[in-house]
Amino acid sequence: MARFIIRRLLQMVGVVAVLSVLLFAWLRSLPGGTVSAILGERATPETRAALTEAFGLDQPIYVQYLKFVQRAATGDFGVSTGVLPGTDALQIFVDRLPATIELSVAALGLAVLLAVPLGYLSARRSGSPLDSGLVILSLVGVAVPVFFLAFLLKYQFAVEWNWLPVSGRQDSLGCTRITNFFVLDGLMTREFDCSASALKHLVLPSLALATIPFAVIFRITRASVLEVLGEDYVRTAESKGLTARVVRARHVMRNALLPVVTTIGLQTGALLAGAVLTEKVFAWGGIGDALARAFEVRDYAVLQVLILAAAGIYVFINLLVDISYAIIDPRVRTR
Amino acid sequence: MTDTATTPRPSRHGDEPLLSVRDLSVTFRRQGEEPFTAVDGVSFDVRPGQTVGLVGESGCGKSVTSLAIMGLLPPRGNTVEGTASFEGTDLLRLPADEMRDRRGRDIAMIFQDPLSSLNPVVSVGLQVTEVLERHRGMSRKAAQPVARELLDRVGIPDPDRRLKDYPHQLSGGMRQRALIAMALACAPRLLIADEPTTALDVTIQAQILSLLKELVEDTGTALVMITHDLGVVAGLCDEVNVLYGGRIVERGTRHELFANPRHPYTNGLLASIPRLDGARGAPLTPIRGSVADNLPWDHACAFAPRCSQPVDVCTAQTPPLEESGVRALRCHNPVR
Repeated sequence: MARFIIRRLLQMVGVVAVLSVLLFAWLRSLPGGTVSAILGERATPETRAALTEAFGLDQPIYVQYLKFVQRAATGDFGVSTGVLPGTDALQIFVDRLPATIELSVAALGLAVLLAVPLGYLSARRSGSPLDSGLVILSLVGVAVPVFFLAFLLKYQFAVEWNWLPVSGRQDSLGCTRITNFFVLDGLMTREFDCSASALKHLVLPSLALATIPFAVIFRITRASVLEVLGEDYVRTAESKGLTARVVRARHVMRNALLPVVTTIGLQTGALLAGAVLTEKVFAWGGIGDALARAFEVRDYAVLQVLILAAAGIYVFINLLVDISYAIIDPRVRTR
Repeated sequence: MTDTATTPRPSRHGDEPLLSVRDLSVTFRRQGEEPFTAVDGVSFDVRPGQTVGLVGESGCGKSVTSLAIMGLLPPRGNTVEGTASFEGTDLLRLPADEMRDRRGRDIAMIFQDPLSSLNPVVSVGLQVTEVLERHRGMSRKAAQPVARELLDRVGIPDPDRRLKDYPHQLSGGMRQRALIAMALACAPRLLIADEPTTALDVTIQAQILSLLKELVEDTGTALVMITHDLGVVAGLCDEVNVLYGGRIVERGTRHELFANPRHPYTNGLLASIPRLDGARGAPLTPIRGSVADNLPWDHACAFAPRCSQPVDVCTAQTPPLEESGVRALRCHNPVR
């Protein structure tokens, strides 16, 4: 197991290294550029040249890349030029990470907690009106664009009915910050009104972000349970007279969840992509929000850190998926 | 609707039947399809300690019969009629939770393919102990030595290690032994074995059959043996029911049936077995046609199109099941 994990971690380093080259070249081939973004269209060629030189953007790309790698090795990923000019790019990532994790965990939790039981129920009653309804609902969930749904939710629940906050992560209550996970901070400092406020702010964005993962996980669960219900070992379990609970948990779900776990890992990718849109709509102040802003102002340093980190997180989560797979499925373990 | 035996048949075991199946019919209904009657008025008895065979080719209704008795047919899309009384209780009318209490405790079942019948992600040990936990109220820890004992009894070497193993780590024969251990864990009074040796290779088949025979004799468990293999019947069964097209066409003790088959189908089955003492290169004697040629039972003999000696009445009238003692026969023109 240890060897497997080490090998996968090395793979992860490789993925990030290759991605960094592609990303570097791609960012610099985008139209516009840092200098135009800062100075605007009316700048004189002299000021442009001066700023270009100051950022080191006049050097050949491979030189820029080698310098980037050299500095990155010491933990220096450059300085923001547009999102928060003068701030360390890595610091921006670190500051905003908790907000995105909070949102993603809430969204994924919501998606999994709803999709898995409903997927099971749907499979058990396949062909019933409940099943058909849920299948249609999941289709709608995949089909509706995240940003559209986000605006829709916001308009209805926050603006029209005024039930939930329009944007942001928390009301200004002068809450103490410890981890920057606002819900957690409130619990740790016993400022429960802070946690409550943070939770209220979480509802709409996590709902918007959860729809696609919900729909996909629901469908996979349903299909997987349907397949397992027809397996001989489920009939064997029934022939032993085991209680419905044991048959369901030990014999149906333990097998049916294998493909679901893989799907959950893959959905974290969709989650990161969806977070950009959702965070933008709800002014969440997380990584997605910063990423969108960094694109607008061509903030190379911030873009590089955020995208590489996102890729690293994605690969890391799929490593966790593979490990959990080996825990659930003994056939993988002995291979 | 069908001719039934209600008179008790004498048996060398003499006791009251443990399981008495009467007029069992199972009809599958699918949307947009004609209803299909897989089992059509089947009646037979199993006495304590007796081994009864249900013999027939694929699709004759033998597996459906056993699943209906066990209450393991899919909950929707089928109708089960008739009775299956187990020590006086009709299993077919039992509420689902009471049937659940009996399965694995009073009646157990082993299936055809030992690999697909075992849960791949649960250890063999837990798959044995869970039956003991469920029906004997044992803790998992207390069930451990019992499970070890069971594996040992069905001839699995190194049972301590095997308890921790997963199904894919066991050989085919060992998997079937493990399944037998699970089935016998609570000393059921009736064991239904649905083609238990079909997925195994020949040497292992013989081992599993002799194991079953030994266990059944030791524990006094009655056994319903479902098979298409007359060799299995010859080695194991006291009494044999031959099924064709969802109905019993012939019944007799093993000895009677092998020595004196009356139904052309039984005769054909026996004649189609290759013989070691026959002439080399002698062609096999198949039963012509396939199940697809069957006529509906309601105004003919289903077997008539494949029969070696049909007469006119075979395609005009349903042959009744004529019974005398253990022997029963459904044929207009029997052999000899």
